[in-house]
Amino acid sequence: MNLPGLLTQPWPWYVAGPAVGLVVPLLLLLANRPFGLSSNLRHLCAALPMRGTYFDYDWRRVGGWNLLVFGGIALGGLLGGVVLGDPGPVRVAASTQAHLQALGVVQGDGLAPAALFGWQAILAGPGLVFGLVGGILIGFGTRWAAGCTSGHAIMGLASGQWPSLVAVIGFFAGGLVTTHLVLPWLLPALLGGTP
Amino acid sequence: MTLATYREPGDATGSRTESMSAPRGVARFVLVGAYLGLVLTKAEVVSWYRIQEMFRFEAFHMYGVIGAAVATAAVSILLIRRFGIRTIDGDDVEIATKEPLWRRGLFGGTLFGLGWALTGACPGPIAALIGAGSTGYLVVLVGAVIGTMLYGGTRHRLPH
Repeated sequence: MNLPGLLTQPWPWYVAGPAVGLVVPLLLLLANRPFGLSSNLRHLCAALPMRGTYFDYDWRRVGGWNLLVFGGIALGGLLGGVVLGDPGPVRVAASTQAHLQALGVVQGDGLAPAALFGWQAILAGPGLVFGLVGGILIGFGTRWAAGCTSGHAIMGLASGQWPSLVAVIGFFAGGLVTTHLVLPWLLPALLGGTP
Repeated sequence: MTLATYREPGDATGSRTESMSAPRGVARFVLVGAYLGLVLTKAEVVSWYRIQEMFRFEAFHMYGVIGAAVATAAVSILLIRRFGIRTIDGDDVEIATKEPLWRRGLFGGTLFGLGWALTGACPGPIAALIGAGSTGYLVVLVGAVIGTMLYGGTRHRLPH
């Protein structure tokens, strides 16, 4: 195995997990800031600028640092997905592939199905509604919960905070409902497969 | 180690001394973000397929990533507390405690979970995916901003 091959193949959980966890002490020791990314959605609204007390604060001073992290993540995505990108489809479990295929998802190259998140699907309408509804749930839900996977599941659980455990239980409850109760009829309806 | 009471930004102003002046401040945040984005993308944590696989309990991968991340972060925080490790600027490390509320986590968390499994992305991965060339996720980002606006306008009527 040559070095480029090692870098471009998908990284295993025992490399990626600790590497993600290290972001917590990095942010604490470099800048005394808590790991948590969904507050950036609020900072974006404040920067737009939205009216209302929830968005009436100095977003540069409070959230400027976190928006820089957010932008940095996009740069990292460019590095990991394009420069060191792994060509070909994501190799998920065979049972997952078979299930998704039966729902009408044709798995091509890339991290997400083009039939849902590609520009052709978006401009045709279904992808636009799918992405917007999903995004609205993410924005509304994470701000109501005051955190997401980073702020609650990683930062909150790691610092032993019970409200974060409640939130993570909610995250999984919602995810299970979508995957097991919503997508089995929504995907065939959108993509023309059979449930 | 100081335990400050959790406040959302905007509720509290001037609660901490600012040291984010200039290039060094900017560079460290962008670099930490780029490092995170690289790891999230290379581990396929940002992949819609991986999220479906996780919620169908058909592979250990995502549980391994999240579990190992929590464990690594927990041990790091334990060491920082145990040995009183300070920031590079010489300050005490501050970790705010979350508000002792459960309704917002349960109800808001469940709504977020619905969207997480629909899009296969949480807020960080949205940025990573856009950078990785899945620019259709700009739609998800716009949706998330709209959702945040809607929360800002209705939160006084929601249980927390």
